[in-house]
Amino acid sequence: MSAPLSGPILAIDRLAVSFPAESGRVTVVDRVQLAIAPGETLALVGESGCGKSVTALSIMRLVPRPGRIEPDSRIRFDGRDLLSLSVPEMRALRGGQIGMIFQEPMTSLNPVTSVGRQVEEAILLHAAISAGEARRRTVELFGMVGIPEPEMRVDAYPHQLSGGLKQRVMIAMAMAMRPRLLICDEPTTALDATIRAQILELIRNLAATTGTAVLLITHDFGVVNVVADRVAVMYAGQIVEEGTREELLARPRHPYTQGLLRSIPRPEARGRRLEEIKGAVPRPGQWPAACRFHTRCPVAMAGCYIHDPACSDVSPTQRAWCHLVAEELRQ
Amino acid sequence: MHWTSNIVVVLLLLGGFWLARVVSKSRFWRESAVELWRRRRTAIVVVAVFVLVALLDSIAWIGGGEGVAAYQPRSIIDRVFQPDSFREASYSAPFARTAFYGSQPLKHPGAHWFGTDILGRDVVYRALKGVRVALLIGVFTSLIVIPLALLFGVVAGYFGRRLDDAVFFVMTVLASVPSLLLLIALITVLGKGTLQVCFALGVTSWVGFCRLARGETLKLREADYVASARALGVSDARIIMRHILPNLAHLIIITFALTFTGLVLTETILSYLGVGIDGSWGQMIDQARNELSRTPVIWWNLAAAAVLLFALVLAVNTIADAMRDIADPRTRRETQ
Repeated sequence: MSAPLSGPILAIDRLAVSFPAESGRVTVVDRVQLAIAPGETLALVGESGCGKSVTALSIMRLVPRPGRIEPDSRIRFDGRDLLSLSVPEMRALRGGQIGMIFQEPMTSLNPVTSVGRQVEEAILLHAAISAGEARRRTVELFGMVGIPEPEMRVDAYPHQLSGGLKQRVMIAMAMAMRPRLLICDEPTTALDATIRAQILELIRNLAATTGTAVLLITHDFGVVNVVADRVAVMYAGQIVEEGTREELLARPRHPYTQGLLRSIPRPEARGRRLEEIKGAVPRPGQWPAACRFHTRCPVAMAGCYIHDPACSDVSPTQRAWCHLVAEELRQ
Repeated sequence: MHWTSNIVVVLLLLGGFWLARVVSKSRFWRESAVELWRRRRTAIVVVAVFVLVALLDSIAWIGGGEGVAAYQPRSIIDRVFQPDSFREASYSAPFARTAFYGSQPLKHPGAHWFGTDILGRDVVYRALKGVRVALLIGVFTSLIVIPLALLFGVVAGYFGRRLDDAVFFVMTVLASVPSLLLLIALITVLGKGTLQVCFALGVTSWVGFCRLARGETLKLREADYVASARALGVSDARIIMRHILPNLAHLIIITFALTFTGLVLTETILSYLGVGIDGSWGQMIDQARNELSRTPVIWWNLAAAAVLLFALVLAVNTIADAMRDIADPRTRRETQ
């Protein structure tokens, strides 16, 4: 892989996605700004309903229908503006240069077709090769994602495989065309804890050997710790903090990130009440004005109720959108 | 007319051979066929006999016979039974040696297994003639109904919006007219005949399945594997062909059986109302209606038609039930 030094493989800027509601359009993703370098793994972390999945679907241009990507959003993939591509061009990119893995391996495979057949079709869709060649590649892929006895498993139907094996099939399907970018939407949430680590390991190894960039969506800091190079934290449709894994896990600056990290159960805190972030995630459309976290923020200041926080560069790689962080940096 | 029917028989036979060849080539279909035979041997034999009778009744040619019959195309069944001479003056009971009213000896004592009707016609012959009519109604109308309903239902469900509104409007309009009334109106306009009745039945009975197919497509459209197919860059047409339709297969099979049997039964009602197809079981049952009030009861007309109707409907339903189980890999017996 001759990854150019310049330019990320994926660059998202000012991404906003809105859905219609009774009271006009509700913006569920707002001013999202992200960049992923080739071969890098970026974890997008946040609570349920904070807009992680919608961000991922926007990259694929698969936001479900009444939803709409706002016109001044920019998504550039490999130098091309994804939002101005035609439908067939976009379709060629999906599954070709951009692969996607979903949360539910149980229901993400067609129950009436053998799993091998489904992977073959994914290959034939993007590569001009014979059916026999596609089958050979499928067996090879099954071996690559660690499915035992791949020659036999290609003829299996989804209900004959375990959840972990199905997720491996999904990974094989997404990786079939050696995509430049792999989007994983909570790939391990539906799996057993023991299988979880294996699948993460597999994704990490595949990404490393093929040079694929990975956008990993999760709400689990355990997952972040295993695979991520960089982390972006989302709250109420906005990115609130971004940085390398070491920076964010060791020196989180945004109160929300700090709260999230404090609420992870620890062995030394056994017996004591788990810390939590007070309050509940506001529903889309009821997001507070100015800093959206101010209703739950333990250190909110007067300015937090009035102004939208600007981006503050904590380090060359770490950024936070917080008035307090900006204040601290000024001093 | 008899030539078209002969050609259809030839086409059906060719189609049957072609289907057998296709089935025997693919492992999946061959195993399915073997499994179906293993599970529903009796029902398959029953349906095969019905089909054989219908085919024998469809091959017709002119020639032979005496009087008027010499100038009319007569089918193999006609030639076997010789209805012009193999008849009595009026009613006779099964295997009777004398007439039902009075005691005149019959022309063919003990030869009418299911007796004769009011005009002295052999009941077995009439019931067998009804087989062809029943299969024609069932198969021909199903072949109109299912593709039509599937096309409209899947397109409406998958693409939604305007298309859905349009299809749903047509369905609502059709559903708001009492279907029996619409059937009678259509047959009155089109005229009484097998094709006309089949067409009328087709127009009135696609709505139910269309609604079912639409609803199921609405559900499948949101399925995770459809989302993941989209994420793989699969086009809408391919998603419908590869993901929606195969997952509708069990519905299609069940609906085929239900519409098939439902249509045969509806024709019975049409015959009762006097707009049915000539020579159908419905007509036999309709005529037998009056005979039930006589003393002693004349039951064999009704019994012959009802037994055949029941056998056909039951056999088709049980076969479809087994086919559904076999076509679905989740309920299919594991064959290792």
